[in-house]
Amino acid sequence: MDLLHDLSYFWPAAITSIGGLAAMMAAAFKTDMRWVNAVAVFTALSATVVAASDLVAGHSGLLFSGMVAHGGTAAFGTFVVSLGTLFTLVLSRSYLEKIGHHYAEVYALILFATTGMIVLASATDLVALFVGLETMSVCLYVLAGLVRERKTGIEAALKYFLLGAFSTGFLLYGIALLYGATMSTSLDVIAATTDKGGLYWAGVGLLLVGFLFKVSAVPFHMWTPDVYQGAPTTITGYMATAAKTSAFVAFILVLGRGLQGSVEQWAPVLEIVALLTMIVGNLIALVQHDVKRMLAYSSIAHAGYALVGLTAGTLSGYDGVLFYLFAYTLMNIGAFAVLAYYETADGQERSTLEQFAGLGWQQPALGVALSIFLFSLAGMPPFAGFAGKYQVFAAAIEQGYITLALVGVLTSAAAAFYYIRVMVYLYFKSPEQPVSLPAVDRLYGWTILLLAGLTILFGVMPSLIVNLF
Amino acid sequence: MFELYFPIAVLAVVAVVLALVLMVLSGILGPKRPDKVKLMPYESGMDPYGQARDRYSVSFYLVAVEFIVFDLEVVFLYPWAVRFLDLDAGAFWAMMVFITVLLLGLVYTLKKGTLDWDSSTAAHNRA
Repeated sequence: MDLLHDLSYFWPAAITSIGGLAAMMAAAFKTDMRWVNAVAVFTALSATVVAASDLVAGHSGLLFSGMVAHGGTAAFGTFVVSLGTLFTLVLSRSYLEKIGHHYAEVYALILFATTGMIVLASATDLVALFVGLETMSVCLYVLAGLVRERKTGIEAALKYFLLGAFSTGFLLYGIALLYGATMSTSLDVIAATTDKGGLYWAGVGLLLVGFLFKVSAVPFHMWTPDVYQGAPTTITGYMATAAKTSAFVAFILVLGRGLQGSVEQWAPVLEIVALLTMIVGNLIALVQHDVKRMLAYSSIAHAGYALVGLTAGTLSGYDGVLFYLFAYTLMNIGAFAVLAYYETADGQERSTLEQFAGLGWQQPALGVALSIFLFSLAGMPPFAGFAGKYQVFAAAIEQGYITLALVGVLTSAAAAFYYIRVMVYLYFKSPEQPVSLPAVDRLYGWTILLLAGLTILFGVMPSLIVNLF
Repeated sequence: MFELYFPIAVLAVVAVVLALVLMVLSGILGPKRPDKVKLMPYESGMDPYGQARDRYSVSFYLVAVEFIVFDLEVVFLYPWAVRFLDLDAGAFWAMMVFITVLLLGLVYTLKKGTLDWDSSTAAHNRA
C-alpha cells in the first residue's frame, strides 16, 4: 500500500507524534511523571536512531505525492531536530521539577512540536511546509508561556504568538503569490518556472521575509531576546536549536530546490541581511548583563553566520549551514543546560553576570563544560563551532563574498569578548556571599558532559558528519 | 457558462425582492408602539450595556474550540463517506487514524474537566 510504504520512510515524524499522543493521555490519566519522562525520552531516542539510520542508508526520494522528501538534506534536518529534542527532554526533567512546572503536557507539546519540525525540515511543497511550521509554532507559543505566574513568561508567549502570527502572514502571502505566479505549490514546479513576473518576485520577497522572521535575522529579530529570556531555560535551548534548525533546513530546501534559478536575485538580499545580523546581534550581545539574554543575542548572531552559508548559494554553502546547525545544536543546548542548573541549583535565581561570580569552582565539571560550550560558540578551534564557521565562511569566499567572510571573522572576534567575560566571572571573580551549589542530578551532569564531549569530537573530526552529505 | 449560474441569479433576485417587500410591508402595515426595552439592541435577552472588557468564564472558549474541532472533522468525514465505496483501504485507515487522534483529544479534554461546568469539580480536575 502506498501510504504504508511512504510512512516507512517517514518514521521519525510518526514516532514523535505517537509519543506526543501517549504523553497527552498520560496527562489525562495523571500517570507517574517519571514514566512520562522515560517514555518521551525513549520516543525521541527512537526517532533519533531511525533518523540516523535513514541518513546513513543514503536513499532519497519524494513521499506522499511529492509533499515531503526523505534522505539527503531532509534526513539530516530530521536527525538534528530529533537529537536536539532528545537532549532537551533528558535535561528538562530536573529543571522543570525545580521550577515546579513538570507537567506531562510539556512533553506532549515538545513531541508535537518536533513532529512539526520534522515535516518542516522535509517539506518539498509549500503547503506541507506551512503545515509543519504551524504545528511547530503553535506548540512553541504555549511552551514559551509555561511559567505563567511571571510577567516575563506571559510577555514571551504573547510576543512570540503575535509576531509569529504576523510573520506567518508574510510567509502565507508569499506562498499564495508564488502559487499565483507558477500555478503550483510544489518546489520542483516552482523551480521549473521560466516566466518570472512581478507576482513571482513579490512572492519570493514575502517568502524571504517570512523565513527571516522565523530564523530571527536582523531586522526581524526584535522578538528573540524577550522570548528567549521569558521561556523556561531548557525550552529556550530547544527553541534556539531544534526550531531554528528546522526553519533553516526548510529555508535551504526552498532556496536550493525551489528558487536556485533565481540565486543571483536573492543572494544580494541575504548578503545584506547576513551582514546586518552578524553586526547587530554581536554588538548588542556585548552590552548584555543577563547571561540568558546575552545567549539570545548570540543566537541572532549565529543565525547571521548560518545566513553567510546560504548567501553562497552553492552545495558546499548549504552543507556548511547544515553542519553549522548540527554544531550549534550541541553547544547551545549544553550552554542553556548549564545555565538552567545555575539558575535553579540552590533556590536563588541567577541570571546576571555578577551572580555567576565564582560559580566555576563550585561544580568544576559543569564549569568546564560551560567554558567548552562558550569557547565553541565563540568559534575557537578545536571545538565544533569553529569547524562550522570555517565551512560557511569557506563556502562564501569560494563565491567571492570576501566582505561577508571578513565581517564574519571580525564580529566573531568581538563576540569572543562577551563569551569569555562569562568565564572571567565564573573563575576570576569571587562572589559577594559564599555560595555552595548542591551536586547536580547524575543523568543531567552526564548529559552535559556528553554534549561537551561531542562538541570537542566534532570540532576535531568534522569529517564524521561532513562525509554524510 | 451563463446557463449554469442562471438559477443562482434567480434565487438572488428573489431573495432580495422578497426581503425588500416584507420590510416595506411591515413598515407600512405593522403597528408601532415603541418603548425603552423594545428599542434596546438585541443581545439574547442580556443587558447589552456594560464594560467591553468583561471577563468571561474560560469554559465558553473551551466549548467553542471543541465545537470547531468536531465541526471540521465532519467537513472531512462527509466527502469521505460519500465516496467511501470508490476508495481503497488506505483511505479507510487514514480516516481511522484521523478520528482516533481527535478521539484522544476528546478523552484528554474530558479527563481535564473541560466540559465540567460545575466550577468546584472542574477546578479540581484541572489542577
